[in-house]
Amino acid sequence: MDLELMINSFPKLLSAAVITLKLLSVSLIIGLFIGLFFAILRLKKNILINRFAYGYSYVFRGTPLLVQIFIIYFGLGQIEYLRSTVLWVILKEPYWCAIIAFALNTGAYTSEILRSAFQTIKPGIIEAGKSLGISNKVIFYKIQIPIAIRQSLPAYGNEIILMMKGTSLASTVTIMDLTGVAKYIISTTFKPIEVFIVAGGIYLFMTFIIHNVIKFLEKKYSFS
Amino acid sequence: MELLAFGDTGWGDELFYATLMTIAVSITAMFIGFLFALIFTPLKLSKNKFLNFIANSYTTIIRGVPELLVIYLFFFGGTGAVMFVASIFGYNEYIEINAFITGAFAIGIISGAYSTEVFRGAIQSIDKGQFEAANVLGLNKFGKFFKIILPQTLRLAIPNLSNVWQITLKDTSLISVTGLVEIMRQSYIAAGSTRDPLFFYSFAAVLYLLLTFVSMKLINRLEVKYSRGY
Repeated sequence: MDLELMINSFPKLLSAAVITLKLLSVSLIIGLFIGLFFAILRLKKNILINRFAYGYSYVFRGTPLLVQIFIIYFGLGQIEYLRSTVLWVILKEPYWCAIIAFALNTGAYTSEILRSAFQTIKPGIIEAGKSLGISNKVIFYKIQIPIAIRQSLPAYGNEIILMMKGTSLASTVTIMDLTGVAKYIISTTFKPIEVFIVAGGIYLFMTFIIHNVIKFLEKKYSFS
Repeated sequence: MELLAFGDTGWGDELFYATLMTIAVSITAMFIGFLFALIFTPLKLSKNKFLNFIANSYTTIIRGVPELLVIYLFFFGGTGAVMFVASIFGYNEYIEINAFITGAFAIGIISGAYSTEVFRGAIQSIDKGQFEAANVLGLNKFGKFFKIILPQTLRLAIPNLSNVWQITLKDTSLISVTGLVEIMRQSYIAAGSTRDPLFFYSFAAVLYLLLTFVSMKLINRLEVKYSRGY
């Protein structure tokens, strides 16, 4: 055990953890909107729209996140046309490519979570709203969405933790996040166990915090 | 399409063998995961607080730390650990461990943490009366486990184990960082030498989709088989 290395690498890893958290929060916010959008599409009766939304979630849940990042980072740059558009400003940055991949990936899982939450809402609740003369729009935003959010909290908490682990793949496209810095320190010092303990400890701490925040929210918004 | 031709001109045969490699690593990792689950599930269910603590640490750490970090630990630390053990027995030469074994072991440990949770949940949801009935019938420990508990556990566990299989299959793509030539690594090589990353990575995505689709169909059959009688 090299305690000195552990103490010295701690601040470096901690500042890298900030990048991990940034990647996580930005992709979660974008992913939530994507997920909500596709969950609503899944509830539509039109078969074509329904199939499209299902196809999106099937493809993104059935392929590894690493493939998705590589397609966006290495693959899209190959299209000449894209290079001449405004989009290229975003797509040439590995940081934004990683965020696009993460957001699309978490969006697919979130859409499944929200869809099942919408489907478990009892029809009686919506009927009660209708009989009170509330418009469909208000029923959707004021009744269905809050209930769906409450229903999906436990599953979404798991998704946040999975996504936090997923952000470690950003290190494969040159971003120095927590895993990226950990790998760099390991490959220069050849002390994998010490670095793993410190970096893993930081990850576990973040998992612990997320887990407890979700638990608190679940309690706060529980029906009873 | 010529890019996918078999033989010297295309990458078809290389990608085919890479797909076989992905399947081999996934199955090996899943199997290693089962071995870990076999050790840690009883510890989780045990009444001994210390054994509980060990099993809980295993599942919490593995499920809270990124897969890539675990793979780096094994990739960089595996050789050192094996050489250390060998040096105790007086062997001091450099030993290089095969990328397949390191990778399958790293993914297997991850998969084992998920499998442990699945088996724990399945065993806990078996009705207590089943255990008692087995005792009343005078079955010994082995008979009780293999004839009564295991078949029922499998029925409950298979749907969740199919999720674990999907996770394991997708996680094998991360072993590409250690240089094992599976789908992801082969696509990387092909993309580098043809300068056509979009095509090869998209094709890799199609291969993974195909693998998940086919394995889902097979697992559904197993599910039907184990739930007959219900």
